[in-house]
Amino acid sequence: MNRPIKNATRTAVSVTGLRKAYGEKIVLDDVDLSIGEGEVFGLLGPNGAGKTTMVRILSTLIPPDAGTASVFGHDLHSEPGAVRSLIGVTGQFSAVDNLLTGEENLFLIGRLLHLAPTERRARAAQLLERFDLVESAQRTPATYSGGMKRRLDIAMTLMGRPRLIFLDEPTTGLDPRSRRTMWQIIRDLAADGVSILLTTQYLEEADELADRIAVLDRGRIVAEGTPEELKRRIPGAHLVLRFADAASLDAAARSLREGSRDDTDLVLRVPSDRGIRSLRDVLARLGDGIAVEDLSIHTPDLDDVFFALTGTPSKEQNQ
Amino acid sequence: MTALTLAIHDATTMIGRELKHTQRFPLLLVGTIMVPVVMLLLFDYILGGPIGHGLGNAARGAPYVDFLVPGILLMTVAASCGPTAINVNTDMTGGIIDRIRAMAVSRGALLAGHVGGSVVRTLAATIVVTGVAVLVGFRATASVLDWFAVVGILAALSFALAWLSAALGLVAKSVAGANGSTLPIQFLLPFLSSTFVPADSMPADVRWFAAHQPFTPVVESLRALLTGAPVGSTAYLALAWCAAIAVTSAITISAACSRNRRVTRRVTVATRPSMPSP
Ligand SMILES: Nc1ncnc2c1ncn2[C@@H]1O[C@H](COP(=O)(O)OP(=O)(O)O)[C@@H](O)[C@H]1O
Ligand SMILES: [Mg+2]
Repeated sequence: MNRPIKNATRTAVSVTGLRKAYGEKIVLDDVDLSIGEGEVFGLLGPNGAGKTTMVRILSTLIPPDAGTASVFGHDLHSEPGAVRSLIGVTGQFSAVDNLLTGEENLFLIGRLLHLAPTERRARAAQLLERFDLVESAQRTPATYSGGMKRRLDIAMTLMGRPRLIFLDEPTTGLDPRSRRTMWQIIRDLAADGVSILLTTQYLEEADELADRIAVLDRGRIVAEGTPEELKRRIPGAHLVLRFADAASLDAAARSLREGSRDDTDLVLRVPSDRGIRSLRDVLARLGDGIAVEDLSIHTPDLDDVFFALTGTPSKEQNQ
Repeated sequence: MTALTLAIHDATTMIGRELKHTQRFPLLLVGTIMVPVVMLLLFDYILGGPIGHGLGNAARGAPYVDFLVPGILLMTVAASCGPTAINVNTDMTGGIIDRIRAMAVSRGALLAGHVGGSVVRTLAATIVVTGVAVLVGFRATASVLDWFAVVGILAALSFALAWLSAALGLVAKSVAGANGSTLPIQFLLPFLSSTFVPADSMPADVRWFAAHQPFTPVVESLRALLTGAPVGSTAYLALAWCAAIAVTSAITISAACSRNRRVTRRVTVATRPSMPSP
């Protein structure tokens, strides 16, 4: 996505020296970060890295052990009320009331926000329309799909017109189509000028949506930058060609003159950062003479990021 | 609006939500009515003969059902502990509590909603159970003023037990655990008090326990009020117990909240695992 970088005049989130431990286990270790107003900030990390803990601290649900954090200049510790009125939180698991209808869920939030009845109804109708929930508005979420529940959850978050939204793994568990819809929703929110902290386990998702990405590894930020800066530090996409015998591998390596070969697996990895064009190029250079047994395209994922940044593969860090 | 009117507004919103829940899912209310009704029928028709015979002076010549019904009303209040703990736990594990805590909503509004909803539900259940009691022959000799006192004591007990159940619902790790942790209140405490038989007839150590637990003064003041006997200071003891339970539970809850236990414990299944398992 190519959105012009906004001139971040104000900071939406500012965090310094944040620490959190549960007993012996250090969950967040000296985290600094800053999110500009209107920015989409991606917090990328595997399961157990500390993403949810970060979101819970920033949404005033739990206090940090050390460090300071503020939201639009309001300190989390001394002005939690001001912070809460500026943020919207969509947690990792949809928090909707399963015994109320979709519309009643929105009304409930509207009442708690002390919206006037006419405004409450207008806002709910508008959000139901926007998130394609008009048809199911009179049904309870028990009948909703995962994607619909997520959309209702986000609609509830938006009832109060928050200026900063936390989205904790908004697409985990969704089917590919709902994931695309969610991406579009996040882009639309960003286009409205809302600041967003998005956590994800998928590099592709952070790349697609975020203006800036921080990589979280066992509670530490190991890299931070724009998606482009980050991708420069990791191996790009490449083609993986497998051959039936060593002779074919030799021939291919000679005619392509690039990439790395693996003689035991009879595999040749060729950088392919220009997508289909690289593919056509490689196939043309191989010609008809060399039989390729198998071809796949490898796009970098979180594992590659972690391998490049920390030298160790990402793994679940729950223990 | 002042902070207080806002807090009342928020609590009213949450009570409204609770009542809508009851309307959508009446099963929990039905359970709260069924348990005491079954106990009433069981004790009155099946065990009532021999027990009534053995009661002698305790029943003061009245049929056993008149002795029994005050205890059944207490059981009705106790039976709503299960639903309250279940509802609170559902909100916690379902993320609703977190959602509301991250909003600029009066602290405690959500639990006030659960407690208020529970009291309304419980009083509705006691009306139905009293109706059934009258059908099976219960006759009260209480004055209008006595009836007000009965309702007051039931409401106070309901309020206290609702806070206690809310605390149990917050602490429990699952809905089933939440319900399970209220079972001693629902069944054990009533049996170990003078709910079904006078405490005097029990073995010495049980008698000691019965004399010092909250349900005994509650059931004895209800019984005195409904049968027109002198109430004495038992009613004050009952109310003191209720206040103690409510206050202790509320303090425990606010302490637990500021310790900030981890509350989201649900697991999800990622459809797209992006990492190979090591
Ligand atoms: N209340 C808690 N008690 C003990 N450990 C916790 C608690 N909350 C989180 N953790 C641990 O902290 C680590 C980070 O958790 P979390 O922030 O949920 O990670 P993520 O959201 O990135 O998957 C995990 O190892 C988790 O087990
Ligand atoms: Mg998480």
